[in-house]
Amino acid sequence: MTMHTLSVLVENKPGVLARVSGLFSRRGFNIDSLAVGETENPDVSRITIVVNAESSPLEQVTKQLNKLVNVLKIVELDPSTSVARELLLVKVRADRNARAQVLETVNLFRARVVDVAADTLTIEATGTPDKLDALLRDLEPFGIKEMVQSGLVAIGRGSRAITAGPALRAA
Amino acid sequence: MTRPTPETLAHSVRRARNAAEGAGDADHTRAATPAAPAVRPAPAQVSGAGSLVRSLEALGVDVVFGIPGGAILPAYDPLYDSTVRHILVRHEQGAGHAATGYAQATGRVGVCIATSGPGATNLVTPIADAYMDSVPLVAITGQVARPAIGTDAFQEADIQGITLPITKHNFLVQDAAEIPRVLAEAFHLASTGRPGPVLVDIPKDVLQAPTTFAWPPVLDLPGYRPTLHPHGKQIREAARLMSSARRPVLYVGGGVLKAGATEGLRRLAELTGIPVVTTLMALGAFPDSHRQHLGMPGMHGTVAAVYGLQKADLIVALGARFDDRVTGKLDSFAPEAAVVHADIDPAEIGKNRHADVPIVGDARHVIDELLTAVTAEQAAGSGADLTDWWAQLDDLRERYPLGYEEPADGTLSPQYVIKRLGKIAGPDAIYVAGVGQHQMWASQFISYEKPQTWLNSGGLGTMGYAVPAAMGAKVGRPDVVVWAIDGDGCFQMTNQELATCALEGIPVKIAVINNGNLGMVRQWQTLFYGERYSNTDLGTHKHRIPDFVKLAEALGCVGLRCETAEDVDKTIEAAMSINDAPVVIDFVVGKDAMVWPMVAAGTSNDEIMFARGVRPAFDEDEL
Repeated sequence: MTMHTLSVLVENKPGVLARVSGLFSRRGFNIDSLAVGETENPDVSRITIVVNAESSPLEQVTKQLNKLVNVLKIVELDPSTSVARELLLVKVRADRNARAQVLETVNLFRARVVDVAADTLTIEATGTPDKLDALLRDLEPFGIKEMVQSGLVAIGRGSRAITAGPALRAA
Repeated sequence: MTRPTPETLAHSVRRARNAAEGAGDADHTRAATPAAPAVRPAPAQVSGAGSLVRSLEALGVDVVFGIPGGAILPAYDPLYDSTVRHILVRHEQGAGHAATGYAQATGRVGVCIATSGPGATNLVTPIADAYMDSVPLVAITGQVARPAIGTDAFQEADIQGITLPITKHNFLVQDAAEIPRVLAEAFHLASTGRPGPVLVDIPKDVLQAPTTFAWPPVLDLPGYRPTLHPHGKQIREAARLMSSARRPVLYVGGGVLKAGATEGLRRLAELTGIPVVTTLMALGAFPDSHRQHLGMPGMHGTVAAVYGLQKADLIVALGARFDDRVTGKLDSFAPEAAVVHADIDPAEIGKNRHADVPIVGDARHVIDELLTAVTAEQAAGSGADLTDWWAQLDDLRERYPLGYEEPADGTLSPQYVIKRLGKIAGPDAIYVAGVGQHQMWASQFISYEKPQTWLNSGGLGTMGYAVPAAMGAKVGRPDVVVWAIDGDGCFQMTNQELATCALEGIPVKIAVINNGNLGMVRQWQTLFYGERYSNTDLGTHKHRIPDFVKLAEALGCVGLRCETAEDVDKTIEAAMSINDAPVVIDFVVGKDAMVWPMVAAGTSNDEIMFARGVRPAFDEDEL
């Protein structure tokens, strides 16, 4: 099974996310990660879905997604021609003794400290899933108290925009 | 204030729809917007409910099936004065199936109405049924007032959420001003592309809110662009295969009926000489009496149709979806066949079986273009000799015709009853079946010659479909004789709608094939569960509970009973002569009759049994 990243452009209306996510579970697909947000056009939202599937069932789910009336366009983003990022917030144990070492790791990964408490640091990092995994591995020995991760967002490289097109202008 | 006439507005929507088809796919959404009438009437001040009823009128709706209740109540007030006929059913499930029967018999959109909560959830079965069989249905439900949504209010159910997986699309109307547009969109979605059910949920306070009604609205469906016209290259490739295959079969599904493509299908079949099979959803799309018709494929299909698909070197699927009841065990289905798969729904193509030539398009356009392309192929001199193929198929037809044995215990044969009914009522009548043995026998022993004469619940297999669907069909086509062929199990699920038929003047005819049992389940118990008849005896024989004749009379119908073969014709004729009331005939038939041929669930079509313990002898060497 391979990971596929789908960019799904949908009408920005209530309930659309439920239609999309419901379709995945109904057809027996597991969503690995999901992120939703508005686009440059406030009538259009963009859902980025990472799904683990063989290519032929993936084609079936893409066709089923296309049948949803609120779905405007679906593009599969190839990792070699797109930029993909996740956001991570992690609260790490960092008392006086460990703090310097934690900060060194933070700098190494070009992450940022966004909150400081007596015995913890809260760190913000963005990057590819691989980079964030590596960061977490390095922070683990200090003790991770809490973490939260966003879904993956991705965009194609180059000047072309997937949001261009007649259907999307009409929206 | 001038009131728009429903005729002109319905016409404008229809005209716009035709224009949309003609304009091609690129500009579909814009073209589908109803064209403005010459003189646009001034917007009228109405309530949301008034706007709803005006919209239905403008859309050309002549009848709706429903039951009022708290949340939908505001809609029933303007409905009281409307040109739209409301038929008060006894259960919302009846309203849903009636709307489906109406749609299946007429090709128009069927409409049902229910209140919030239990009213709406009672529509779930018919909505799911319409979804599986691609029936254009619009379900309108009341919802609790907006401030109460999400509070577990009295009679609140999230019907939009509940019906997400079983509708083509659904709406929760948040503003009364949206009502005309949402209704127009619902009808457009239900009736175009691959048809299907659309639900419109309207909160009570939205129905009560003052608003303006203006027609026609502008549709806003940027993500909806069904592909109607097939790709020319694919059509040419399909035509080339059709002209060179040695063992081709046209595998025809319900999409051909929905597209109104039956005349084109006949011409295509005759032009190519290719054998035709019609699925359960397509009976009537190609005349049963036609020499090239092999019958129905699948679990209870004819030996010739099952074998034809199984041994084909080319299957041309037109508006069919390779359902498990047709393919049997998928891995072993038609192993040597190349597949041309034409469907209006791209997601059907390649879903179950790989398509060598995928064609997305409306069956009517696909068939018309295939006719042109095949004619060109033939003009260029290509065309395979199908003599050997036909010789094999004809041999099978002769050796393994559809048939049945008279019951050894002297009881009335259900197949005989259904066969006689088909003969006496003839090919112009509409036949509506429930689900089970009687449905299969009705598919086998009645000759369907015309489109829209066979209605059944094919995909969902909804017991209880027949009586309300027959009611809807009769309302849609009052001049046609409508027979429901029902089982005693099915009949006990929805017969209360006969009260509706009696009071509303809908003289349907019901043949209850009463074998006292859940017959198809019993057949499986006989074959696969060692004759252990767990919970399949309904007692309708043993105890005559209920007595169907008395029940019919209690429901305002004429009740007749027939227990012997000699009485079959005269009982049917008696029913045929009654046109001012619904008629129910209790045909008391034997319980041991079985449906044959049969491909047991999960087995290969190669394992088809012609009768119990009898496997057809296929001359494998000839292939």
